[in-house]
Amino acid sequence: MKIHVNGDTHALPEEFDSNTPLLWVLRDELGLVGSKYGCGIGQCGACTVHLDGEPVRSCLMPVGSLGDARITTIEGLARDGELTEVQQAWIDADVPQCGYCQAGQIMTVSALLEKTNLPSDAEIDAALAGNLCRCGTYMRIRQAIKSVARQRSSKNIEVAEA
Amino acid sequence: MIVKSWNKEHPLQLALREQLEPSDDHLSAAPSRRTVVKLTGFAGVGLALGFSFAPRKAPASMEASPRGLEPNGYVHIRPDGSIRIYAPNPEVGQGVKTSMPIIIAAEMGANWDDVRVEQAPVDSERFGRQMAGGSTSILRGMESLRRAGATARLMLESAAAEAWRVPLDELWTSASRVMHKASGRSASFAELSEAASRQALPNVDHIVAQIRKDFSLGRRRISAVDNHALVVGEPLFGIDQRLPGMRYATFSKCPSAGGLVKSFNRDEVLAFPGVAHAFVVEPWGNIWDLRSGVAIVASSTWQALQAKRALSIEWDLSNAASDDVQASLAKALALEDQSGVREIELRGDVEAAFALAASKVAASYAYPFLTHAALEPQNCTAWYKGEEEGIEVWAPSQTIQMGKAMAAEMLGLAPDRVVMHQTRAGGGFGRRLANDYVLEAAAIAQRIEGPVKLQWTREDDMAHGQFRSAGVHHFRAGLDGDGRLVSFGNHHVSFTADGEKPVRGGRYSKGEFPALAVKNVKVTQTLLPFDTPMGFWRAPNSNGVAFATQSFLHELSVAADRDHTEFLLELLDDHPATGEGAWSFNPRRAQTVLRALAKRHAELRSKGEIPDPGVTLRRGQGVAFHFSHGGYIGINADVSISQDKRLRVHQVLVAADVGPVVHESGAKNQCEGSVIDAMSTLMGLEITCRDGCAEQDNFHVYPLGRISIAPKVIDTTFVDSDDRSTGLGEPVFPPVAPAICNAICNATGERLRQFPLSKFGYSYA
Repeated sequence: MKIHVNGDTHALPEEFDSNTPLLWVLRDELGLVGSKYGCGIGQCGACTVHLDGEPVRSCLMPVGSLGDARITTIEGLARDGELTEVQQAWIDADVPQCGYCQAGQIMTVSALLEKTNLPSDAEIDAALAGNLCRCGTYMRIRQAIKSVARQRSSKNIEVAEA
Repeated sequence: MIVKSWNKEHPLQLALREQLEPSDDHLSAAPSRRTVVKLTGFAGVGLALGFSFAPRKAPASMEASPRGLEPNGYVHIRPDGSIRIYAPNPEVGQGVKTSMPIIIAAEMGANWDDVRVEQAPVDSERFGRQMAGGSTSILRGMESLRRAGATARLMLESAAAEAWRVPLDELWTSASRVMHKASGRSASFAELSEAASRQALPNVDHIVAQIRKDFSLGRRRISAVDNHALVVGEPLFGIDQRLPGMRYATFSKCPSAGGLVKSFNRDEVLAFPGVAHAFVVEPWGNIWDLRSGVAIVASSTWQALQAKRALSIEWDLSNAASDDVQASLAKALALEDQSGVREIELRGDVEAAFALAASKVAASYAYPFLTHAALEPQNCTAWYKGEEEGIEVWAPSQTIQMGKAMAAEMLGLAPDRVVMHQTRAGGGFGRRLANDYVLEAAAIAQRIEGPVKLQWTREDDMAHGQFRSAGVHHFRAGLDGDGRLVSFGNHHVSFTADGEKPVRGGRYSKGEFPALAVKNVKVTQTLLPFDTPMGFWRAPNSNGVAFATQSFLHELSVAADRDHTEFLLELLDDHPATGEGAWSFNPRRAQTVLRALAKRHAELRSKGEIPDPGVTLRRGQGVAFHFSHGGYIGINADVSISQDKRLRVHQVLVAADVGPVVHESGAKNQCEGSVIDAMSTLMGLEITCRDGCAEQDNFHVYPLGRISIAPKVIDTTFVDSDDRSTGLGEPVFPPVAPAICNAICNATGERLRQFPLSKFGYSYA
């Protein structure tokens, strides 16, 4: 069985249990511990990764069901050490408190902002409805999302003016 | 009542309790001798909990060397100009990994960009008490941290004074440089570090004796030190630890506290792929320590979880808890009269004053049991290396030094054979003040003689919580013809596990507002038996008491037809200052906060951001105030509520006096997070148990608030203050729920006296 994670292809041993959720393969087999275990039943979103660009709950996703899908985890967002605008916005807005849920939040928001440049509050609420933050960093999460959206729209204006 | 032997607390736990739930001794002006004797009476307790501050003498490593300057246990100025600062206390989301080093850096005059913060080793000799609890890190850490920074700065300045032949008092530091204005000379910390390391250790008493008001390090937003690592997913947390050859363990305990393993289906469990061991762990200590259970050790987490799922344990329940929450709460609610068994505060003639009162109000309030539900389920990684080498432990604990002491005691190892590493923790909220997961991992590691990571499931976490105690308050009050409070009665019903003292979080202080401001007072308490273990939950005691009291006070101001803020200000006029030091209560500071809150509210109203009262149907604002953990907090909530009980909290204003703020962004984060946490708790959270077993097992039945509940605005005002800086992890939480309920009452006339509100048909819009 092979899985494709963050641009690398990993072979799992033949006898590997294909029912193992992707989360535990990432954490225990590949050492990618950025995706977190919070509930195991898809309620908290701390384990969110991208499957072909779509945010999914890796705690519920049997590794055997992935086929050729491309998985991206929080470790795979930055390229050559360069943070994405979402990651940078998280630092600039000083979003995290304990930080445990934030990988999942960032993965969900990254996918949202791929589709929607300027999400409304309602769209933000809907997209993040599956990501719990026990510390209550929701104000800063909204702030960070909006700062990315603002940057993008000012860039668009610059491009249009040029 | 029959007292369960497993409910007897360890001296270390009792000392912790004393620290987190201080007795009423602090209300008397002089510090109690009894408390001092008690704290030092247990061998090793002072050291383990770090009641002593960090030592003032330099470590042996301080010598002239090309290593730069290492003037104390916290600071290392390296030759390349970077400055390593140790963050001494556990980071659980309260921000101390950033704020504590800021104190040192500000005292040094360092450039924050040069600072590299690392989590300190666990070492009470160097770092004093390393714990996260009671919002005390900033208060208690301040002196040692400033001492560390000031020592480094004075040694650098002395080196410069010597080199430039100028008087020491003409030098100052900024942006990691020592400067001399008259000559225009300056040199970097790095350039001076070697010469500085040859300077004598300076006396900095005169520096740290003054309150420091400015920690701004150049007036810019400082983003927390782990943020980069967090956004790229680096391993920081307990759950992220990995060791060569490490195995993965689960531990299954009886859902009723005190149940013992009789037998289990060992062969069936061992037949699961990857399972290497399955064995019974015998209990040690009490219910907060190591309980009886079955450990399964496998080659991966998933394999261990699969085997755990097939695990079938026969329990001996003969000595187990059999509590029934609903029955206990019903009993507490029925104790309506004012005749509690224990007298807390009696003053004047409450009956006569009540009989003469122009208006009389009686009401009962109740709040439920809660669990902490930190997002990172309990876990611990331990590597047992033998009797000689001992054990190494990586733990997301709030009381890592206590974990070390107890692990050593349990394993029969000398304390220096237990090496602890503190990891970042995915939330604490008080649950990680206990070290049950540390002792479990240590016991399992010793048994298999190797490295192992213990992982609780969410279901384990919910089943083996240490619950926030429920409470009921039966109030009765009388107001005179001018609407002044002349008689106050409160019968508080809480719980006890030993028939003597309240459970953790079940205390009621005689100084609890507003008793000391009223002439005729009767506060009593009744404790109902309850065996299931309780724990300290964010703002212990205050988290429930403030909801009840601050709601009831609003009932009184409504009955008196008074403005609520005016009513509170007047009560505070009559309130004495109590105690001394940071835990004392100064009614003037409380009034300043309430006035700042009212001013901010008026500003927002004049800008049209908050509607005038009565303009919008079923919209209103409510105020509440609470003092706890050294923090004076006022809350104003702006809400609207539909006919079908859909609640929207539009804006929440926070006014706080916590002394000079160390890390403004982090401080605001704590305020915002506390508001959300309190909103979430008020609406939907409750733990019930039957036969001693919690009935909630995961987030689908313990609905923490999601992003849609967040208000549009949480507006925080920090009052300028000349007092000592205190913590912010806890004090903002307590007044939020009553402010919201008071707002609902102002909007609709409906008074809510119990939560969670969802039980009464409410939900967030």
